[in-house]
Parts: sequence; C-alpha cells; structure tokens
Amino acid sequence: MALVTLLWISVLVALVLAFVGDWRFAPEINIAGSALTFVASLVLALEVYQRGAFTAGGNFFFVDAFNVYLVVLTTFVSTTTAVFSRRYMRVERDHGKVGHWRMRFYHAMFQLFIFAMLIALLTNNFGVLWISMELATLATVLLVSLYRTPTAIEAAWKYFILCGVGIAQALFGTVLLYFAAERVLGVGGNALLWTNLSQVSSQLEPTVLRLAFVFLMVGYGTKAGLVPVHNWLPDAHSEGPTPISAVLSGLLLNVALYALVRCKSLVDISTGTRFAGNMMIGFGLLSLLVAAFSLLRQKDIKRLFAYSSIEHMGIATFAFGLGGSIATFGGMLHMLVHSLTKSSVFFSVGHASQMHGTQEMARIRGLLRGNPSVGWGLMLGVMSLSGMPPFGLFASEFLILTATINQMPLMAIPLLIGLAVAFAALFRRVQPMVAGATPPWQTPLKAANIPVFLHLALAVLFGLYLPPFLSRWFEMAVELLR
Amino acid sequence: MTLHPMGIELLQLILLPLLAPAFAGWVKIVKCRMQGRTAPGILQPYRDIRRLFNKDVVLADNASWIFRVTPYLAFGVTLMTAGIIPLISVDLPLAATADIIALVMLFAIVRFFTALAGMDIGTAFGGMGSSREMMISSLAEPAMLMAIFTVSLASSSTSLPQMVSVMANGHFMIRPSLAFSLIAFILIALAETGRIPVDNPATHLELTMIHEAMILEYSGRYLALIEWAGMMKLMVFFSLGIAAFLPWGIAGSGEPLSLLLRGLYFVAKLAVGGVVMVLIETGLAKMRIFRLPEYLGSAFLLATLGMIAFFILE
Amino acid sequence: MSTELVIQLNTLLAAMILLTSFALLVQRRMFAILHIFAWQGFFLGLSTAVIGFATGEHHLYISSLLTLVMKVILLPYILYTLIHKLKIHREIESVMNTPATMLAGIGLVIFSYHLTAPVRQLSTLMTRSTLAVALATVMLGLLMMVTRRHAVSQIIGFLAMENGLFFAATSATYGMPMVVELGVALDLLIAAFIFGIFFFHINTTFDSLDVDQMAKLKETD
Repeated sequence: MALVTLLWISVLVALVLAFVGDWRFAPEINIAGSALTFVASLVLALEVYQRGAFTAGGNFFFVDAFNVYLVVLTTFVSTTTAVFSRRYMRVERDHGKVGHWRMRFYHAMFQLFIFAMLIALLTNNFGVLWISMELATLATVLLVSLYRTPTAIEAAWKYFILCGVGIAQALFGTVLLYFAAERVLGVGGNALLWTNLSQVSSQLEPTVLRLAFVFLMVGYGTKAGLVPVHNWLPDAHSEGPTPISAVLSGLLLNVALYALVRCKSLVDISTGTRFAGNMMIGFGLLSLLVAAFSLLRQKDIKRLFAYSSIEHMGIATFAFGLGGSIATFGGMLHMLVHSLTKSSVFFSVGHASQMHGTQEMARIRGLLRGNPSVGWGLMLGVMSLSGMPPFGLFASEFLILTATINQMPLMAIPLLIGLAVAFAALFRRVQPMVAGATPPWQTPLKAANIPVFLHLALAVLFGLYLPPFLSRWFEMAVELLR
Repeated sequence: MTLHPMGIELLQLILLPLLAPAFAGWVKIVKCRMQGRTAPGILQPYRDIRRLFNKDVVLADNASWIFRVTPYLAFGVTLMTAGIIPLISVDLPLAATADIIALVMLFAIVRFFTALAGMDIGTAFGGMGSSREMMISSLAEPAMLMAIFTVSLASSSTSLPQMVSVMANGHFMIRPSLAFSLIAFILIALAETGRIPVDNPATHLELTMIHEAMILEYSGRYLALIEWAGMMKLMVFFSLGIAAFLPWGIAGSGEPLSLLLRGLYFVAKLAVGGVVMVLIETGLAKMRIFRLPEYLGSAFLLATLGMIAFFILE
Repeated sequence: MSTELVIQLNTLLAAMILLTSFALLVQRRMFAILHIFAWQGFFLGLSTAVIGFATGEHHLYISSLLTLVMKVILLPYILYTLIHKLKIHREIESVMNTPATMLAGIGLVIFSYHLTAPVRQLSTLMTRSTLAVALATVMLGLLMMVTRRHAVSQIIGFLAMENGLFFAATSATYGMPMVVELGVALDLLIAAFIFGIFFFHINTTFDSLDVDQMAKLKETD
C-alpha cells in the first residue's frame, strides 16, 4: 500500500507542478511532495523491517532490505534538495538565469526524475529497471542544459549521447540475461523477474551470463560514472543547476550501482567464479585512482566534487566487487553516507558560487569569514568526503580496507594510494577557499542551512553509532547479496 | 552423337572472338536507342576491325619491343580465358589448368603490359593513362577476388566448371551473400572494362580518358588487335558473371542439338546483360577520378559483406 | 511457407539490415541518411513479422507494428521536419575517412560474430544466426556516433543502435516481454522529443549543428 502511494505521489506532484508552473508556492509544493514520498518510504521500510522482503503489484514490484534503504535515502535526499532548491533557484531566477517556463519545467522534471529512480529501485523486472534508468537520464538531460549557455548545452549533449550509448549496452546485456533465463524459466515475462532469477541463478548458463555481465557492467557503469566511461559526469555536474548536481551525484549514481550489484550477485552465483566481482574490483580501483589524480588538476569547484563522486563510486564498486559480509556492509554504508555528504557539499558549493558569481575555485575565497555557515558546511563536508574519523565515510572506508587486507592484501596498496591522494587533493583545493580574507566581489547570501547540516549530522551519527534497526537492515541486505 | 570435350573447347575458343564484336555492337545499338540516336548496325565493330587491319602501322621511333608485342599478347591472353570460362559446357579439359585466381592473374598480365606499352613511347597521355589504370586496378582486383571467393566458398571450389555445376545443380536458396557479391561484381566489372561511371569508352577528352589514353599511340593492326581484345574482355566479364551467378543452363551433355540450345540460351543471357549494363550506364554520370577510390571501396565493402554474410548467416 | 524458406527470408532481411548499417556509416548526405534509416526500420519490422509468422508468437506482430510505426513513419517524419525547419537538408558532412571507417566496421562485424558464439551454440531458435548481425548493428551505430560530427547523424547512429538492440531481442529470444518492449518504445519517443529540442538549442547557440564546435568543456591543466 505504502509502495503504491509512494509512486503515485511523485507522478501526481510532477503533474501538478507542470500544471501550476511558476506559481509562487511551486517550490513549497515540490517540498511537500518530496516530504510525502519520504514519509511513505518510511512506512514502506517499516513494513519490510517487520515482514521481510515481499513482492507487490502482481510480482511487478519487489522490496527487500537492500533496495528499501536506497528508497528511503532517495526520498530523504530529494526532500532536502527540494528545500535547498527553493532558496537557490529563487536566487538564480532573480539573477535572470532562468525564466518562467524553465522553472515550471525544472520542478516537474525534478519530480519525474525522482519517480524514475523509485521505479528503478523498486521494480522486480530487469527490463523495467533498464527502462526507468533511461527515463531518469532523459528527465535530467534537459535539466542539465537549463541555463542554455553554450557550455551547458554541450554538457547536456554529451550526457545524452554518452549515457544513451552506455545504457544501450546494458539493454543488450539484459537481452542476453533474458536469453539465459528463458532456457531455465520458460518463455514469458517471468524470466526477467529478480525474484525468479535469484532462485535459479545457479542453473543459468555461465558463458552467456559472463558475456551479459560485460555489457551490463559497461552500461550501468557508464551511469554510475565509472572510469573509463565517466566523461559525461564532470561536465553534467558542473554545468547543470546545483540541486540537480546534488541529486545526480547523491542518488542517480547510487541507483546505477544498485543495478550493477543486483546483476553481479546473479552472475557470480551462476558462473561459480568471481568473474563479475573481479571486474567490479578492476573498474572500481581504476575509477578511484583516475579520479583521485584528476582531483589534483581541477579549477572548477563543481567539477572537483564531480570527480570526488567518481572516486567514491569507485570505492563502493570495489567494495561490492570484493564481496563478503564486511565489504558489502562497508559498501552499503559508503553509498549511504556518501550520498548524504555529497549532496550537502553540493548545497554549500551552490551557495559559495552564488556568493562569488563564479564556479572558479581561484575566485572563491574567505568563506568562513564571509558566511560562516557556508564555510563550515563546505569544510565539514570535505572532511567527511576525505574520510576523517568522526564521519561515516571513515567507518565505511575502514571496513572496506579491513576486508581488503583480509581477502586481497595486495589490493590494499592502490586503495590506500587513491584515498591518500584524494584526501590531499581535496584539502589543497578547499583550504584556501574557506580560510583567509573575504574578497571584494563576494556578496552576502541567505543560505539554506537546514539541509546542509542535517545531512552532515547524519553523516557524523552514522560514523559514531549505527542505530540498531539500520545495522539489522544492512545485515539483512548483506545476507541477500551473499 | 556427342561432341568430344576437346571439340567443345575449340568451339568456345572460336565462338568468343567471333561473337565479341557482335556483342559490342549490340551494346552500342541499345545505347543509341536509349539515347534517341540512330544506331550503327550490329556489324559495325567487325567493319571497324577490318578497316584497322587494312591500314598501315605508324610506329614511334623510340617504340621498343614491348610496344610491338603487347597487342598480340593482349589478344592471345584474353583468348586463353575463353578456354577456362564455361560458356556452353562445364566439361572443359583446359579448365583444369587454371582456376579462378589464375583467371584474375591473366587479366592482370594484360593490364600490366598495356600499362607498360602506354609508357613506352614516353608521351604524357600514355603515362597518365597507365597510372590511372593501375590505380583503378589496384583497388578493383582485391574487391574482385573477394566477390569471386564468396562464390567459391558457396561451392567449395575455385575451379570454374566445378563452381558452375555446384551452383547450377544445388537447390534454390535465398543467399544474401551471393546477392552482395553479384552487386560488387557488377560494380567492379564496370570499372575493369572501362565503362561509365568509371571510364568512358567513347571519349578522347584528355582529362577524363583512362583506357583510351594508354592506347593512344597505337594504329593499324595493333590497334585492331587491342580493340578486339577489349571487346573480348567485355564479353569475358559477362560470361564470368553469368557462370558465377546465373549458371542455370550451362551444364549439359555434348550433343550438338543440346549444345546449340545452350548456346542460344547463353546469347540470350548476354543480350539481356548488355541491356542491363546500358541501363546502368545511361542512368549514371561519369564520376570524377578522385571519387573512384570511394566507388571501388564500396565494391570491396559489398564483396566483403557478402563473404561475412556467408559465414555469419548461412 | 516452409520453415526453410522463412529462415532464408529472415537471413536475407538480416543481411539487408547489415547493409543499411554500413550504408548509414558511409553516407554523407542528410536526406539519404534519413532514407536509409527508414529502410532499416522497414527491414527490421518485416523481419519481426516474419519471425512472428514462423513461430506463432503473436506478440511479435505487435512489436512489428510498433517498429513500423515508430521507426519507419514517426521518427523519420520527426527528423524530416526538424531537418527542414533547421534548413540543413542540403548539408553534407565533410570530414570523414570513409575507407578507414569501412574497415573498422568490418572489424566490428567479425568481433560481434565471435562475441556471440556462446549464445549461438546454446540457442535452438531458428533465428540464432542473426544475433551476430544484431550486435554488429549496435556496434556500427556506435561507430557512427563516434565518427560523425553532425548532431543529426549522431542521433541517427543512436537510433540505429536501438534498432540493433531490438533485433537482438527478436533473434535471441523472439522478443522481450511486452511490458519491456513498450517501455523501450516510450523511452525512444521521449528521447525523440528531447533531441528535437536539442537540435534547436544547439543550432541557435552555435549557429550550426556541428558538434565539433562544442569543445569548450575539456580537462584543464
């Protein structure tokens, strides 16, 4: 019941927003809609917590501990982003960067995007998963080009083309998966259902699944921003409006990784080897290292954090590839805390760049004095991103590192190098921005503090103390993915 | 009574040079009709050849033996191919001596010597014609081999009579590989025999001529032989196409009546083929020489696709 | 119709799809590209119907109809209007190394053939041999997107890729479940609207649809 409400709310709100357009209370409707989905998702989570995994809508939807935690995360971050975007987009509008029609479009598409991600997370069908991933891309493409500047259009075109190509590979992988499944489960729509596939995964043809996974990896890996198919990500993040960067980084990448992890657990059981896991380890480490070194040479603040997202997606992919209960637990915690932190950092970044009228890091200075809450928000966010102790990412990275040393000691070396380089690079960039005197071109700004610090507080909380229901949830999810 | 295979062989060797001018005449007639001009008779090529034989030869002072030998060589080698390609029978004793690859090589020999002769006198046009001809052939030959190989693959043999009998007796199948190869073969044949859109046999315009530029210095009986060889080459290409792609009605016994019937069938196929070629020629404009690599490249692509289709789909 | 003949007919259509993929790869004129794309969709729809007839899988008729409507009528029509409105119907793409592209394309076809070998060995369907062509169509669409510099031809490469995926689904499994196929078609339709909007944006911002002009976003050193 909660599930159906959850999905209907975002569609209805999207429709309402498309209808009311740039009405004075449109941002509030957006917030209310997102908050309602959040409440619905909490109810759903409670249901799963009590009943365990279940299917709904005639096998069309499937909810278990793994996806429901991502659903709650998605609705939560979308709510806080809606809160942030109310203030942020008002400033953008006052600066004349977006007009009436584009605001209408922005709000409607925001909800549609959330809807697409929720479908992707909740569906039981691998084909529908693909469709909703594509829908999520399509909904955000025109949001990336919202400002209509030459660079924004270029970034959106790149995003459209590269993700289109990537996701097409995933569809081919899905076709191959269906081919393998059909031989065991028989013809018809049932052969693509996760609930059926996971039961017969050991009987699926290994050679075909191996081939399918290569395509799925490239396809969903593109959407998750894994190197070497990551090129769209920095551009799309830097040119789109900041709330969109926040949800792209915090949510869409997670959903893509979720799809990948589901496929991986099927393939590895079927082949009886660590083929898919090893591939994910390879892609993950490569992303981590390439992104860490790319961080060193960034000039644009949003590009900087886009690369940081690639880095963290790399770590999470690595963790899921490693498998085993500790690493998987770490990976899930990593996804959760990274989403919270990264969206909060993007909120601060959005404020900072609005204050300075630029995204160039060289011109963003003296944030702590100019606007302490923005400065501290950015500073603490970066501390969290670089894995400093009180924050949750420290805990997750620690878990992943422990598991690595246990299972593949040699892999710990590149992992540590990547983490260290990313740490150094982020601090080298951020320190001059927050410290020092306020430059003359800085303008005061009323920041949206609640989302930023709420996220950071949660990130600290999960670093110090994991609530028992959450850890039980994760354990249930680990059990599922084993 | 049946004719001895050697007799059929001999018949083919006589038939080809005798029929070739008539075929060239037929093509010219159809073309004139299509373009609304008055056509010369079908015997006009014979009269041309006779006229040229009666004329004296004008030879450049610095012409070497290559220049003098080439016409005989071109005529003789082209005639040889008539012994290999099954026109009216697959029971050809000589065919065992050379397969399809050797056939392509025979064409290459003729071209090689013609190109040398073009450069022999040292005039600008001869050299230009030779260089153009070599450029075309270097692109056309691999494509031609590819197209023919696909047929060899389908019949698992490179010997022409073998290919013909397999293809003619096998049951009917839709074979995309052969369709692609056929189109590629037509494109290449147009290039190899110097027809529009690659070359224009009727022009002596300096900038566009290819084959004509090479043989510009020939006269008298030399020119007659070369022209005659050219007509034979055109017919040989048609016969090769018919043998490889439309072989029905070639194989049969050596009875004279059946032979005659098959001969008529062959002539009918030739006549239709000529009309098709004229249609292509009339429909197209001559290409600029710089576009030729692209044209021959597409022929190569088609031939390769044919081969790939054979492996992947059949 | 005997099964033998149906298989041969389907093979022929597969070969035609492969041929149109190559034609798309090397064709330079905008309208010609559009026509070839429509032909590809036509062969695809026909092939789907033929398979549906031969196997008695009637849902393939719906897929076939969907393909014919979408890819032969709707999408080409949308592109046609766009090309006319943007006044680019006379545009010819200049920079392109045709022979190298062709050779790369042939290489990709052979690569696809090898890649699909395990499926071919396992499959018992009559269409198993065309799977290699389907993957090749996907790869050639990809190649087209990489080698082309014009926004419209990149999009057609994208759509050709989609054609290949559809063909893969019919030849590997006699089509995906209906809900998936409808969803994919819906996505394609939305994508069509989005690229339509994009063409206008790119054209007004850059005064041309040459994507080479969009090279501002590069890694800075």
